[in-house]
Formats: sequence, C-alpha cells, structure tokens
Amino acid sequence: MSFIDIENIDLIYRNSDGDEIGDGTLALSEASLQMDQGEFIALVGPSGCGKSTLLKVVAGLIRANKGKVVVAGQEVTQPLKIVGMAFQNATLLPWRSTRDNVLLPLEIVEPHRQNFKSDKAKYEAMADELLETVGLTGFGDSAPWELSGGMQQRAQLCRALVHEPDLLLLDEPFGALDAFTREELWDVLQDLYLKRKCTVMLVTHDLREAVYLADTVYVMSARPGKVILTRKIDAPRPRKLDDLYGQDVVELIHDLRHHINVARSEQ
Amino acid sequence: MKFIHGKLFDRLSPWLLTLFLVILWEAYVVILDIPRIELPSAHETFAAIYKYRVGLWVNLQPTLIATLLGFAIAVVFGVAMGVAIGLWRPVYAACYPVMVAFNSIPKVAIVPIMVIWWGPGLVTATLTAFILCFFPIVVNMAVALATIEPELKDVLRALGASQKDIIFKIGIPRSMPYLFAALKIAITLAFVGAVIAETVAGGNGIGNLMLVASSNFNTPLMFAGLIVIATSAIGMYAIFALMEVRFTGWATRDNMSYATAGG
Repeated sequence: MSFIDIENIDLIYRNSDGDEIGDGTLALSEASLQMDQGEFIALVGPSGCGKSTLLKVVAGLIRANKGKVVVAGQEVTQPLKIVGMAFQNATLLPWRSTRDNVLLPLEIVEPHRQNFKSDKAKYEAMADELLETVGLTGFGDSAPWELSGGMQQRAQLCRALVHEPDLLLLDEPFGALDAFTREELWDVLQDLYLKRKCTVMLVTHDLREAVYLADTVYVMSARPGKVILTRKIDAPRPRKLDDLYGQDVVELIHDLRHHINVARSEQ
Repeated sequence: MKFIHGKLFDRLSPWLLTLFLVILWEAYVVILDIPRIELPSAHETFAAIYKYRVGLWVNLQPTLIATLLGFAIAVVFGVAMGVAIGLWRPVYAACYPVMVAFNSIPKVAIVPIMVIWWGPGLVTATLTAFILCFFPIVVNMAVALATIEPELKDVLRALGASQKDIIFKIGIPRSMPYLFAALKIAITLAFVGAVIAETVAGGNGIGNLMLVASSNFNTPLMFAGLIVIATSAIGMYAIFALMEVRFTGWATRDNMSYATAGG
C-alpha cells in the first residue's frame, strides 16, 4: 500500500478563512497520485495549476471538495500532526535567533513539547548540529535578518526537519534564489534526504531541479490541475550536478518542457 | 557639513529646535511689546513655573494618576479587544462600526454626562483618559493579528499547533511593534483626556488649575500649566519609546542602516 494516496481530488479555491473565492472555478480536478514511503517526488506544471494547493490538501490544511487523501493509512480530515513545510519565503520569525527559529517545531510537537524546557540544552545542541549539516555553523545566535537569502532557506530547511517529520512538503523553497545558491541548496537538500529518508513532495517551476532531486516527476495540467504525466527518474544517488548536462537528462527535461507547454496552450 | 550628519547632531537636534522656538517666542513678545495678559514671554512663563511650583506639583499628581489609570485600563481592555477583533472575523464585523461611531463622538461632549454620574474628580478624569486612548490600541493590535502571514500559520498548523499556539508563538510577539507604536500615541492621548475632563468638569488637577488661572486672568500660570503638561507627556512618551527599543529592537533594525547612510 502506498504511503500517500490522493484519489480524484476536486477543489474549489478558498481563502484562508475557508470562503470560496471568485466564481467557484476548480483549482484541482480529478487529481490523483500515489507515493511510497521514502519517495521523493516533484510536482511541476504551468503557473497557477494548483501545485501548491495540492500540497496543502496533503498536509490537511485545506479540505478537498471531492475525493480523498490517505496518508499512512489514515484519511486526512484535519491538519496532519507531523509534517515539515518550507516555502519560497523563508518565513523565519525575526524576533527569534536562528537557533530558536529552528527549535520552533519542538515547542509544538509532542513528545518534545513537554520536555522542551527541561531538555533545552539537549535540543539546542540538536539544532546546532542540524545547522552545521547545512553549512550554518556558528550562525545559531544570529538574527534571521542578518542572514543572506540562501542562508535563510538553509535555516528554514532545518526548521522543517528538526522534529524528524515523516513527510516533508516543499513549496518552491529555492524559487527566489540565484542560480548558484540554488544548485548548492539542491545538494544540501539531497544530503538531508539521504540522511533522513523521509518522504518528500517538492513543488517547483524549475525542471532541472525536479529532475535532479526527485525519484518521480509529476506534470500537472493548467487549471483545474490534474496529473497528466508521470516520469520515473532512475539515476542512482547521490546524484552529481554534472549529471544534469548528460544527453539523456537534457532530453528528459526537453520532453517535460514540451508537455508543460502543451498544457499551457490548452488553458 | 559633517556635524549635520553626525550621531551627536541626531541627539541634540530636538533640544536645539526647542531652544530655537523658545528664543523665537521670547523675541516675538519682547520686540512687539505684547502685554503679558495676552501672551507672557518665555522667561515670564518659566518664572511662573518657579513661582507656582508647589501648586503645579500638587495639581499635576491627580492628573498623572488619572492619566496612568485610564491608560492602564485602556491597555488591558484594548489589547484583549484587539486580539478578539484581529482573530475572529465575526467579532470584527460586529464591533468595528460601533467603535468607529463611538470614536467619532467628541470626547468633550461626554464629560458633562460623566460629571452627572460620578461628579468631577478621579473617576471622570480616568474614564475620559481611557476613552481617548482606547481606540488606537485596539486598532493596532487588531491589525497586527489580522496580518499574520498565511505561510507562517501553515508552518505551525502543519505541526498540529492549536489556535492558542499560533497566538502565543506568533501573534503576540509579532504584534509587539504595533502595540508599542500604539502605546506611545495612547499615553499622550490619555494625558489629553485627563486634562480635558479636569478643564470641563473642574475638581482638581492641572486642567482645573488652568481653568482657575483663566478666570483670574493669570496668563503666565496658564502657560506654565501648558509647559508642565507638554513636558510630562514627553517624559511618558520617552519611557515607552525606550521600552520599545528594548523589547522590539528586531523590528527597528532598518534604523541602523539609516544611521550609516549618506555619511
């Protein structure tokens, strides 16, 4: 049985208060996909096709109007308890140090929550270790706004992973970074993924990013979004950035790009 | 013009401007030979402050007490109401029109009503101070909570955080700069409220002292009262400005780049 099972989801887009927006057009229509535990998938597709919405449905932050989502054998009816999320904006809290930002999930998720005060030193050491693995050694005491954009994203990844979630949901986390920083962070993410072996859903606009990081790439149609194409990426890990320039990878990216262009023109 | 851009100038500038205004005032009265019953000169006003220092001090105390009491009540209720309005749309929909209507009533017009209920004195002055400074606290607190970034909420909700967690981990700390901005305005408004009540209702306090001075044509004392009120208000503003820097330094980080710019 798959770890995540999304079955024929229909969703009318709503604002944060749950009121339907506009004329009730569908953001998602008959969207389905299955993921295994420990799988890394990427969702690509035209702008506004409901990729981010699909992430929120999986997290239980929005409920679908039709169809169902099953995660780890349980139907999702409310926000899942153990999910790590990261977004294009780093959304770090400016009044906390970088270390305290990373620790935020532990102040909420059980069992850490009850032990947080008594085991503070242990948790802080944990956060520092995690910051070290993403190359932020010594920045724990810095305020988040003293960090560069790329460093903030590294810190955000730490925050998403500190409570060892089974599921990591990434919504264009590298979208606002320059090309070099982005490639650096792909490797940071790959290393973290290989270490933690959690299940990852990555929404991205960058086809190279999708092909480099994911085991499976899903192409979504224009709004209302559904999955129109699935591509397995069999390359062994850890992957190297140089592999992206191989002929087979270039052809694969070309093919994905073609499908997205067709989907866009059908809009 | 290095001095103009220096830190020292930043610190001295308010004092220099005040000094300049006082000199201008003094020169205006002396050169045009204005009768002191119309407008006393600066030195006559300061002389009056010294001469009536006991009366001013005795009357400043009830005004200060009413101001601080009214302000404290406004902070407690204003923060509570701001949180409710900022977080729950139905409360916002219900309360906002009523509050706007209430806020547009001239507060001077309410004082005579309160005099009938409670007579002149502490209660009336405190409540007028409260009414005047309540609104900015509510509005700022509500805005702070209503504008939490949705992604930030999502991060916490995806961890299973309750509404209470979101309020305490994000809502309250994030609203601090908004709250302190409101408190700085509110404390001066509370002062205005207390003085208005004392002036309209009588009783005691600086406002009443000025009313008495007016009926005696003691213009220097009236101006002395104004200076004392303004000075006290600046003092309280400064206390909250200092607290703001202490508690919400993270929100004013741009000032640092401002200070180094344009050298």
